[in-house]
Amino acid sequence: MIRTLYFLLEKEFRQIMRNKGIVRMLIIAPVIQLILLPLAADYSVKNISIAVVDNDHSTASQRLIGKITSSGYFKLTGYTGSYNAALSMVEQEKADLALQIPAHFERDLVRENSQKLYIAINAIEGTKANLGGAYLTSIITDFNDEIRVDWHTSGSSTGPDAPQISIASSNWYNPFMNFHLYIVPAILVTLVTAMAAMQTAFNIVQEKENGTIEQINVTPIKKYVFITGKMIPFLVLGIIIFTLGLIVGWIFYGVVSTGSLWVLYLSLVDYLFAMLGLGLLLATYSGTQQQAMSLSFFFINIFNMMSGAFTAVDSMPGWAQAIVSTFPPYHFIRIMRMVVLKGSGITDILPDLGAMFAIGLVLNVWAIVNYRKTA
Amino acid sequence: MSSITTATPSATPPVITTDKLTKRFGQFVAASQLTFQVYKGEIFGFLGANGAGKTTAMRMLCGLLKPSSGNATIAGYDVYTQTEKIKQRIGYMSQKFSLYDDLTVSENIRFYAGIYGMSTPRIKEKTSQLLQELQLEKEAKTLVSDLPLGWKQKLSFSVSIVHDPDIVFLDEPTGGVDPVTRRQFWDLIYHAADRGVTVFVTTHYMDEAEYCNRVSIMVDGVIAALDSPTRLRQQFGYDNMEDVFYELARNAKRKAD
Repeated sequence: MIRTLYFLLEKEFRQIMRNKGIVRMLIIAPVIQLILLPLAADYSVKNISIAVVDNDHSTASQRLIGKITSSGYFKLTGYTGSYNAALSMVEQEKADLALQIPAHFERDLVRENSQKLYIAINAIEGTKANLGGAYLTSIITDFNDEIRVDWHTSGSSTGPDAPQISIASSNWYNPFMNFHLYIVPAILVTLVTAMAAMQTAFNIVQEKENGTIEQINVTPIKKYVFITGKMIPFLVLGIIIFTLGLIVGWIFYGVVSTGSLWVLYLSLVDYLFAMLGLGLLLATYSGTQQQAMSLSFFFINIFNMMSGAFTAVDSMPGWAQAIVSTFPPYHFIRIMRMVVLKGSGITDILPDLGAMFAIGLVLNVWAIVNYRKTA
Repeated sequence: MSSITTATPSATPPVITTDKLTKRFGQFVAASQLTFQVYKGEIFGFLGANGAGKTTAMRMLCGLLKPSSGNATIAGYDVYTQTEKIKQRIGYMSQKFSLYDDLTVSENIRFYAGIYGMSTPRIKEKTSQLLQELQLEKEAKTLVSDLPLGWKQKLSFSVSIVHDPDIVFLDEPTGGVDPVTRRQFWDLIYHAADRGVTVFVTTHYMDEAEYCNRVSIMVDGVIAALDSPTRLRQQFGYDNMEDVFYELARNAKRKAD
């Protein structure tokens, strides 16, 4: 059995190494994608253009504007006295946000200890506008606190003695909110996913198309030996791609794992076990490479969009979350972030490791049973 | 080539025995009640129009397809329960060319010899012997995709018997091959039969049918005739197999696929 496996592996590696195009694609494509994609998937928004409608022209309004522009997130692209003028700037896309500071802003702030600001947001570029709105709100809250502190320290009698409650947020594990730390591990997972599921499926379906699989089926090779022989080369390729990805993430984005590499690679092998199982299963259901292509595209698209790489799985409806929890990439992305960002150890990721292994077992057994039937 | 030694069936033990072997796909009966025996060292021709059920029958005998009913033993092993044992003892060459195009000639030989469990020195020995027989020594390191079709088919046949099986099943092995190469191919078949390998071959070429010890002609999933080419010609009163075949096959109700 071991000897049979040896001859199978020798053949597979010869074929893979001989196909220069595939080797190049498998190595170079992920590297390029990993260099480029994090730039696009960066959610930290900068250079938000803001138009300010200052109807007050007071020290307080000047101070607020100064605080906004000095935050680094905003660019003051308009300063007018008319709300309509600001709104038309938003319409012409010269500004993403319009902030209206009402007349008597300073007076009312001092007298009544309250003031209303009006923010108009261009919601066409949703993420930018939303985040811009959120940044602006937090800057204004900050501004509020400062003013109160000023009043207290200056002993101003007009200042109210209202108790001050401020919420201090601090970002654990990623203190500088470096988005690359968050997205690079996830993109690396999506690249390994594409390779593992698609290439395995294509490889087997190619043998079907060429008729060589029928020749294999009349030999005494055991099905599980044949399938193991198909999985090991792609397991090795997956590990190579992952390693290259870690190096690219480190060189280009300074992403270095806080947790141990040993834990990462163990999880990778577990993950590849599941994804190669999926590839095998897809191959048993496909008669042609075209079918295999359509099937694997279907799964890879869903995996990439739903597994939490780019959006939070927590914000999906419960039933969708239940579906996502059966996706191996969901678990591997979680593991990657926990290990890379938090330095989680093996015990912390055990539930996800277990889930991936269980899914992998189901997929592989299903593939072997189904392969027998069609043989 | 023209001197056909008519095998005397009782002299050698049967290596293929089928009894009412049947395969149904839903309502469709692809192969019905096949009953015949093939003897050791015999070249057994399996004729029939396209869609007559030849490939289905052959796939059942190779353990690639489970029969619906009936019995069969191949090299003494049961087709239902001992398919893995059967696979050790048979060789198979399908209609589709099935060597690896992206491996060289000797890599293909090495791979198939290896998965049949041959030892490394034995593989080396067998490889050089095969290359010599096929006069492919110079092409040992050539990718199979670069070989002409005729050479590929000869190599494919040699690889299918690399592990010295009891029986080799050949499914239209000479389709699309030129007459000279076909003749060489049949030399290889005779050579194998001389060494005691039983050859079970399907073909559409009636001159090839004449080369067989016995032929069976399938029509609509049923064996319509089975005997030596000489006796079949006598029985139907024709002087060639072409007319015998036409006589039987033209009554077929099934459309060719």
